[in-house]
Amino acid sequence: MRHIISILIENESGALSRVAGLFSARGYNIESLTVAPTEDETLSRMTLVTWGDENIIEQITKQLNKLIDVVKLIDLAEAVHIERELMMIKIKTTDETREEIKRMSDIFRGKIIDVAANSYVVEITGPSDKLDAFISAIDEASIIEVVRSGPTGISRGENGLRL
Amino acid sequence: MELNGAQILVQSLKDEGVEFLFGYPGGAVLHLYDALFHQQDIKHILVRHEQGATHAADGYARATGKPGVVLVTSGPGATNAVTGIATAHLDSIPLVVISGQVPTPVIGSDAFQEVDMVGITRPCVKHNFLVKDVTKLAETVKKAFHVATTGRPGPVVIDIPKDITDPSIKVPYKYPRKVSMRSYNPVVKGHRKQIKKAVDLLLSAKKPMIYSGGGVILGEAHKQLIEFTRLLGYPITNTLMGLGSYPATDKQFVGMLGMHGTYEANMSMHESDVIIAIGARFDDRVTGKLDEFCPYAKIIHIDVDPASIAKNVMVDVPIVGEVKPVLETMIEMINQDERRPDKKALAKWWEQITKWQALDSLAYDRNSDLIKPQYVIEQLYEVTKGNAFVTSDVGQHQMYAAQFYHFDKPRRWINSGGLGTMGFGLPAAIGVKLAHPKSDVACVTGEASIQMCIQELSTALQYKTPVKIVNLNNRYMGMVRQWQEFTYESRYSHSYMDTIPDFVQLAEAYGHVGMRIEKPEDVRSAFEEAFAMKDRTVFMDFMTDRTENVYPMIEAGKAHHEMRLRVPPGTPVDRELA
Repeated sequence: MRHIISILIENESGALSRVAGLFSARGYNIESLTVAPTEDETLSRMTLVTWGDENIIEQITKQLNKLIDVVKLIDLAEAVHIERELMMIKIKTTDETREEIKRMSDIFRGKIIDVAANSYVVEITGPSDKLDAFISAIDEASIIEVVRSGPTGISRGENGLRL
Repeated sequence: MELNGAQILVQSLKDEGVEFLFGYPGGAVLHLYDALFHQQDIKHILVRHEQGATHAADGYARATGKPGVVLVTSGPGATNAVTGIATAHLDSIPLVVISGQVPTPVIGSDAFQEVDMVGITRPCVKHNFLVKDVTKLAETVKKAFHVATTGRPGPVVIDIPKDITDPSIKVPYKYPRKVSMRSYNPVVKGHRKQIKKAVDLLLSAKKPMIYSGGGVILGEAHKQLIEFTRLLGYPITNTLMGLGSYPATDKQFVGMLGMHGTYEANMSMHESDVIIAIGARFDDRVTGKLDEFCPYAKIIHIDVDPASIAKNVMVDVPIVGEVKPVLETMIEMINQDERRPDKKALAKWWEQITKWQALDSLAYDRNSDLIKPQYVIEQLYEVTKGNAFVTSDVGQHQMYAAQFYHFDKPRRWINSGGLGTMGFGLPAAIGVKLAHPKSDVACVTGEASIQMCIQELSTALQYKTPVKIVNLNNRYMGMVRQWQEFTYESRYSHSYMDTIPDFVQLAEAYGHVGMRIEKPEDVRSAFEEAFAMKDRTVFMDFMTDRTENVYPMIEAGKAHHEMRLRVPPGTPVDRELA
């Protein structure tokens, strides 16, 4: 089963490699990993998407907690939560396709953020499967480049992952 | 008080109460060595190879419970220390390893003797630090000792670039009395509800087993373990790392379990209905085939590290906490409970165990004309009256020592259990002898293992650490040969060395006493002579039976009840032979 683990980690050099190293050393799956500082500059927030059976996920969370730099973590998949991912996609355009791509982008509530003679860059935000859907709705041959942030997430309601 | 970085490090170690610093100088740590020159409080032990430094510090830590401290230079000095760090990591031994690093401005430029020590050691330390600011040095040292010694102990590396120890830069010094880390708060006491559940299970057991490991020794809980075990009257087995946590000569002790454990210990585990694992981690050498591990048992597991629980084996009652307070609570609850262990069931259980014991799975040929390695260990045990500190290397000799030296006290059995590091024994013995100069220290080794850190014979002379080296010389890498005999149709691929040095001459060249023992009848007198030489390191080269194997054995992929015995059960036992 897919799990999305949110981690508060000391904003120290090497902290990211401790997490990444743990996954490779112990043979855990890792689908995506995003990290950025928080409003507290001593802390980074990491969102990690992984999959495995219940026992593996339990081991992953325990091993992560064991890292000295990890302050706190939650498995977002355990409760209702919101996930968002950002994608920027560069698409070849011709006089014939320009209109269609604009229309498709509107349907997905995307924004065209760069216009060049023969290309658009479309920005779309949403759950990962929405981004997947947009990619499959576009003619594959016209895609020049795709860049995705990987999912980040937050729990619903007033409880939050904080110190 | 204003000090430079080098002085801060030395003063911090003093404030931490460090007695010995095991190290080897080099370019990146010369400022530190200069600061060491000006003081007498910390005794520096100059090893001959950095691996020896980490093993010696490790031996010191295992024998005392205090953290071992190491100082090595950057690059090769640091990488040489890595095997010792990994050894300590797998056995949860507290070490603080200080490595020099190239100056901050040239980090990342492939400078002379530069390696990314923090990167290299990341998977084999409890934590590591790169010091980037001299004003943070004292605090970092405090944190390192705190992390290394609390919770589940382990090695911590502090990597210090040379400019941080620059003698010309002085900053105010104050060693912090306490340190708190928001991200590190190990659990101490177990959850009372869970402990109660465990007590309920224990008191309802018909075929109980106590399985204790190195965590009892690390957690200084042997007294509580003895009280707990005697209170219940249940059989107890120890892991390789747990030997000495419960007196081996006690009647409730059924021997070590696992790959080379006794038949009775493994059969009892297999048939048991309630197992309590205390400070043990269900290592693969203990469990054998996981699918068939303890099929009838409910399992209670006490461990200070939550990640150890339900890692290899699912448990019914997990208890996260230090072994000592958890056992104390458990004893208190049992004492207050009206229920008592089921006497009838227990008598029946012991009757069964006695039958397994009667098989005498450790028996060997006592009438051989050749020296049997088991006999050597038995004589070592008798001559030292079971009071020696025994270090070992890795292989057959390690298993013979574990099986035949009956450890009644904790911290006496010092071996590389988790990583299985050949070369550990001799430097570890030096560390132990420094900690306990008045005690007998023996290093049980083999002719292959001893050559991996043989250079430390020189250290032993310099610091007058008279250890007794018990070399079980069978002219083979014995354990490798045994596996090749059992599973590769005796194709002894590269497990034989025909250019073994003359260890007697070698020992003498290093300034020690060398002895070669070739006949069984000379074994005892050799030990008596060697241990009478209180101030000399003695290298005893025992020429043992080349074909002897370690029995019994759970072969790879087999379960506890499928042990390979020297004499299979059901065979009429000829006592003369056995």
